[in-house]
Order: sequence, then structure tokens, then C-alpha cells
Amino acid sequence: MPQFLSDVRRLAHSFPQCTHVLNACTDRYHFTVGLAAALISGRASLLPSSQAPEMMRQLGAFAPEVICLADEAEPSHGLRCMAYPSERIDATSDDACSTGAASRMPLIDEAQLLAYLFTSGSTGTPLPYRKSFGRLIACVREQARRLDLRGAQRWAILATVPPQHMYGLEASVLLPLASGHALCAERPFYPADVTAALERLPRPRALISTPVHLRALLASGVALPPLDLVLCSTAPLPQQLAAEIERRFDARLHEIYGSTETGQIAMRRPTQTAEWRLYPGVSLEPEGEVSWASGGHIEQPTCLQDVLEMTGMDSFLLHGRATDLVNIAGRRSSLAYLNHQLNSIPGVEDGAFFHPEESPSGSHTGIERVAACVVAPSLDAARLLVALRERIDAVFLPRPLVFVAQLPRNGTGKLPLSSLRSLAARAKSTATT
Amino acid sequence: MSDQVASVRQLASAADADSLTAEVARLIVQALNLEIAPAEIAPDQPLYGEGLGLDSIDILEIALVVSKQYGVQLRADSEENGRIFGSLRQLAGYITAHRTK
Repeated sequence: MPQFLSDVRRLAHSFPQCTHVLNACTDRYHFTVGLAAALISGRASLLPSSQAPEMMRQLGAFAPEVICLADEAEPSHGLRCMAYPSERIDATSDDACSTGAASRMPLIDEAQLLAYLFTSGSTGTPLPYRKSFGRLIACVREQARRLDLRGAQRWAILATVPPQHMYGLEASVLLPLASGHALCAERPFYPADVTAALERLPRPRALISTPVHLRALLASGVALPPLDLVLCSTAPLPQQLAAEIERRFDARLHEIYGSTETGQIAMRRPTQTAEWRLYPGVSLEPEGEVSWASGGHIEQPTCLQDVLEMTGMDSFLLHGRATDLVNIAGRRSSLAYLNHQLNSIPGVEDGAFFHPEESPSGSHTGIERVAACVVAPSLDAARLLVALRERIDAVFLPRPLVFVAQLPRNGTGKLPLSSLRSLAARAKSTATT
Repeated sequence: MSDQVASVRQLASAADADSLTAEVARLIVQALNLEIAPAEIAPDQPLYGEGLGLDSIDILEIALVVSKQYGVQLRADSEENGRIFGSLRQLAGYITAHRTK
């Protein structure tokens, strides 16, 4: 802890003039030091949902004096950039140590703004969501309580998710900080690397992950080390998969439900029940295809694009996503946002993203991509994809991308999903004949 | 005589390399349900990002099918760090060096 505080203070003093810090560190320790350094120096951190060039430029517009903090200095889309200090300076050499100041925990007002998290809005501009320190800490303390992580034991917590996303921020950064557990700097990717990293951790140890990565671990054929807890979020797990995860890791598995706007708001243990239990003070009001969440640690009433059914005062079942919602491997967007980006590309006369038919692909990771039909006589696929890459996260690039002469809009200008799907199917069969 | 043997061996292993490359291309197209023919993947074209345009989820999927087919576990810290998916040829080369099936 003294090393951490020393690193935080040192970094806080080395920030140039700015009131915002865009934290793009992939090393979780660097990220946490950066987040804390910004916090104690009264700066808000900007945590983007993607690092697509257009998003970065728009964040620069949101906060023109922003400094981008990264593990290594790289040119960053017109933003001022600084690298996390590569030289490690031992806390014992810190002058403050001799006066005892180093081990004094900074006190943070609970109303202080920790960060803005950004989502893709339907107008194409990223929307900022304020996260106050106090509400976040209250939320992760509840999370720790429900996961039985508030005892005297110090846990080691490894995550496969980035710290910039709401789930990673809560579970892999703030929860360890608030409850005195050890967070791991690395973010392993391949199954063999994840298991090797887990094996190196002392017990009790926890894995914070997603359905994509958990499926991959089970399918990889690598020997899975015994754990003490698995946490999963970003999409609901099928019951059978949840049971297999518990069996193969010999650990209890809990799931989190939430959003960037609200943070986590409910939890369940899927092998015991399909019902989710809301966090203290949170209330949900289902309204057709959407649900309104408010109260508790939620900053403002928020519309969730999920169909929920209340089963009690603080419990609910999740029935499905609203048709506009796109969730691929835990990254969330909306068809409206993607369409806006597509149609803003010079040369695109008309374009629409849509959910294609579910095809039994036998994929190990269970990922379904989003498709698009586009009218762009002067562009080819390569140039269009380059332009899209500038604007949206790579996971949302359309598969397939179908060029057509005209989109099947009806009399009111709307695009029925069935028409889009049959148009794409016809174009595909024409191309292969 | 030994020169001829050596060059026949070189030809044979080059042919093996080509057929493995083609095999891996088929595996990728099938696993990812791509809309192109395996032969359209240029052997030296980048697989990740620009080029074939695969993203990290695709990489994970390929890692799984490669482990099932060839018994190779991909690691991020291996000596070919970052270059395994530099191209189809490089991926095939990595598999050749590490396969157990």
C-alpha cells in the first residue's frame, strides 16, 4: 500500500495542466495508479468505450485540455499524450515516508467525480455518464458483501476484461481497492495464458471474466486450475454452461447485471436460480421493450434496453434484449448509433445495420456478428471498412457487408427486418452463382 | 547425389508448408464463417486489423480451432509474440514448429 500511495502521489504531481485524464492504460496497476492520481488531484478520468479514432477525437472535443495517459507514449489522435513513468521508484526513498505522510490515506469526498464513462448515443456522439466516487464505492462494497469478499482473507483477483469498461472498473479495480484485495496488473488473453496466470496466484483467488472468455477456457483443452470464485458479466449465461463452469473450476459462479449508465445493479448465482436480485435501493419499472432503473447508487433514472419481468420487490427475470441493442462480446452499441456512423461516410447514400438470421455456426465463442446492407456505388468493401474502422469499434464491423442498389424501405421510410434479411440472402446467392 | 536429396527435401517441405497454409486458411474461413474462399487469403496479408480484418474475438476462435486440430496452445509471450497472426504464412509456420498432432 505505501508503494501504491507513493506511486499515486508521484504521478499526480507529474500531470501537466489539465482537468481531465483520459486513462488508456492496459496494465491494470498503471490504470489504477492513474485513476487514483487523477482523483486525489481533483481531476476527472475519461474512460472511453472504444479507442476508435473518431471516439478519441470526440473526447478531445469534450475536454480540450485532456491529457491521455497510456502505458507507453504513442501518437494519439491529436490529443496530448503522456506515458506512465517507466522508472519504478521505491516508496522507501519517498521523502514523505520519513514524515509518515506516505501512509496517510487520502480522504475523498463522496460527491467528488471519479470519472466519466461514455456510451454510443443514437446521434453518433458519445454520451458522458458521471460517476461519483461515493456511489461507486457503495456499490462495490455491496458487491463484495454479496460475493463474500469482506472477510479477513486477502484475495487475489485476475480479470480478462479491460479496466476502462464499467464492469472491469468495478470488479477488477474498485472492488479490490475498496475491500483490501490484490488486483493483477496483467490482462491475459489466450486460454493458456489465463490458466498460467491463475495458477501463479495464491488462494483464495477469483477470476473476473465474460461468457466469451469462459467458453473459450472450457473449450481450449487446457487444464483449468481450481479457483475460489468466478464472476461473469456482459451477457447472461445459459444454465448448462454455468453448471459446467462451476464444475470445471470447482468454484461458485456469480453473475452481474448492469450497464455503463447504471453500473452493476443486480446479481445472481445462475446454478441456483434464474432470478436476479437488485442492489439496495434500486428499483426497476418495465415498460414494454425497455425498463427504467433508478434509485440506490444509480446517478440518474436510466432506460435499459432489456425486457425484464419483476418477480418480487427486488428480484426479476431477464427475458431478452430490445431489438435496437447490439451486444458483441460485452461491447454494447445500438443499431441507431451504427447506422449514424455508416451514413456519415462520404460515398454512402443509404445504409443499415441489422441482426442477421441466427445461423448454427458451431462457434466456440458463441459470438453473433451484426450485418449491414449499403448503397454506395462509388465505394468498394475495402474502402468502406477502412472508413468504418475510423468510426466504430472493430467488433461491430459488419459480417456480412452487402452492397445493394437500393434499401427496401417501405412507404414510411422504415426498413422491415425481414426485408433486409431477404435482400442480404438474395445478394449472397447472386454473388456465389 | 546429396545435393539432389537436399533439394528434393526442400521442395517437399515447401510443398508441405503450402498445403498446411491452405489447410489453415480453410480452417479460418470455416471457423469464422467468413464470406470469402480460403484461396482468397493472401499468404502474407495481415490477419489482424487491416488486411483480412479479424478482431480479437476471431483470434480467440482461431486459437481454439488450432489447439483442437494441431494440439498447439497459443501464448502471448511466446517468441513470435505479435507476429503469429501477422500473416497466414506466419501462423502456419508457428503451427509447424509447435504442433503435437
